[in-house]
Amino acid sequence: MKTAAAIEVRDLRKTYQVRDGGSWRGKTREITALDGISFTVPAGEIAGFIGPNGAGKSTAIKILSGILRPTSGTVRVGDLVPWENRIAHVARIGVVFGQRTQLWWDLSVAEGLALLRDIYSVEPERFRRNRDRLAEALDLNGIMDQSVRQLSLGQRMRAEIAAALIHDPDVVILDEPTIGLDAPSKLAVRAFVRDLRRERGTTVLLTTHDMHDIEALADRVIVIGHGRILADSPFEALQATTLSERILEADFTGPPPDLFLPDGAVETERGTRCVTITFDPQRLPAPALVAHLSKLPGLGDLRIGRPAIEEIITRFYADHAS
Amino acid sequence: MNAFTLYRRMAGASIKAQLRYPGTFALQLVGNFVTTLLSFFGIWSLFHRFGSIAGWDIGAVAVLYGLVNVSFSVAETLGRGFDVFGSEYVKTGSFDRLLLRPRSTLVLLLGHELRLRSIGRFLQGAFVLGAGFWLSPHVSWNTVWLLPWAVMGGAVMFLGILIGQAALCFITVEGLEVVNVLTYGGVEAGQYPLTMFARWLRRFLTWALPLSAVCYYPALAMLNHPDPLGMPVWFGLLSPAMGFVFLALMVLWWRRGVAGYVSSGS
Repeated sequence: MKTAAAIEVRDLRKTYQVRDGGSWRGKTREITALDGISFTVPAGEIAGFIGPNGAGKSTAIKILSGILRPTSGTVRVGDLVPWENRIAHVARIGVVFGQRTQLWWDLSVAEGLALLRDIYSVEPERFRRNRDRLAEALDLNGIMDQSVRQLSLGQRMRAEIAAALIHDPDVVILDEPTIGLDAPSKLAVRAFVRDLRRERGTTVLLTTHDMHDIEALADRVIVIGHGRILADSPFEALQATTLSERILEADFTGPPPDLFLPDGAVETERGTRCVTITFDPQRLPAPALVAHLSKLPGLGDLRIGRPAIEEIITRFYADHAS
Repeated sequence: MNAFTLYRRMAGASIKAQLRYPGTFALQLVGNFVTTLLSFFGIWSLFHRFGSIAGWDIGAVAVLYGLVNVSFSVAETLGRGFDVFGSEYVKTGSFDRLLLRPRSTLVLLLGHELRLRSIGRFLQGAFVLGAGFWLSPHVSWNTVWLLPWAVMGGAVMFLGILIGQAALCFITVEGLEVVNVLTYGGVEAGQYPLTMFARWLRRFLTWALPLSAVCYYPALAMLNHPDPLGMPVWFGLLSPAMGFVFLALMVLWWRRGVAGYVSSGS
């Protein structure tokens, strides 16, 4: 039976002591990584946890994983405080760090999974069931007997996910699970996470720099910057506001002329031959903007894209800091 | 699954990984045997020239040499994970990965590798040890139980050094090469009778780092050789226990190191 809140974080603060100059002689300085964050993830929800590098994401993830003790604040995952009972806590969660392997380089995938069975004390029957299910869903059957160092990044990531889930965790933390993957592997990982939640009701906390991951998976998006929560809203709400924004870049053969942009579009950057325009497609549809621009003299190329996650967050920060 | 069974499984996986390239493994084993044996020829040539030195003959010195090398090789076989802890776990951040597993960090690091190539050192140590007993005129019947007891004490003491060295990495990240003075330096120092050292060093090697307690004093008891420094024989029968005390202290220090790591995150 799932309880209401799988992850509950209240007023979490973490400060690090750093020595200037890196030597033992330097003066210590305090750096605030988390400046009082609170959020809740209900059981069975996929929460996207996004923010630029250095925002405090990794610190928060480490605390939730039980490998770091906060300076103050409370965290409950299930009914446990992660850092108070590391062993009981980590037995019930699954963690995938996109940039680090959980498996053993010199062992085959099958041997690695068997060792994890022993480490997590998974009963043989349940292990066989989980292994077969994961091998099927993540397409691992062809690579079970290969050693981990021979796997491609995409294959390894699928094996990593299987490794993190072999003990049926209720709560899964995915830290950049699609980083560096090619398009088919990204799609496979996303499809798997979606099925995992649907079929098993697993709670997922997902960090990523890829907005497509968020779009494909997240029920809710938590934006963190400078150690604070900048936004915490359902995905649809975020999509209707910030995520709907588009960027148009227009190249000109010479210096760009005055644009006389209609409402809903703003010129955000002007170079010697290029102008960047930010627009809201709900107020000004892209075809209308393109039609307007194509009347201008000297127009060369047009590119439409979406703002990078860093820009979205910078804007959040500007909006919320004041 | 209990920790011991888990350790057996991890050790089994490690052996399998090492034997994946049998040719390389055989060469490493032979290399380990030869290089460690060479160091004994230095001692041997010394005694060959002078017969006995300060009342110690070649037999007694061979027993000391064999004892310390056999003990160290056992610790080296078991404690490889602690030896490489700074470079392979702390510096790369993969210690975090270890903390994500619902097991004691000590068990997981012992399971890092069961280093088979150290069998080379073990075999040559055992070989010299056997020769030492064969050359010694008054070997005691106590040897039957005192020898394994001393080897156990010595192995856990060296394992303690490796664990202490690993715990130091929480402070200095890469660990200090200086600590090798205690491991490899300990192996070197243990090859010589304690009487050859200055008084402060003798005290250090008995009461701080109990090297003589697991090696020199039990060897005296096994060889029926009275201690020139006047320590009673019964001390050598009990002193290997100090290796276990040393290990226990290092384990406590390790736990403090892990707790500190978890609260500082670096």
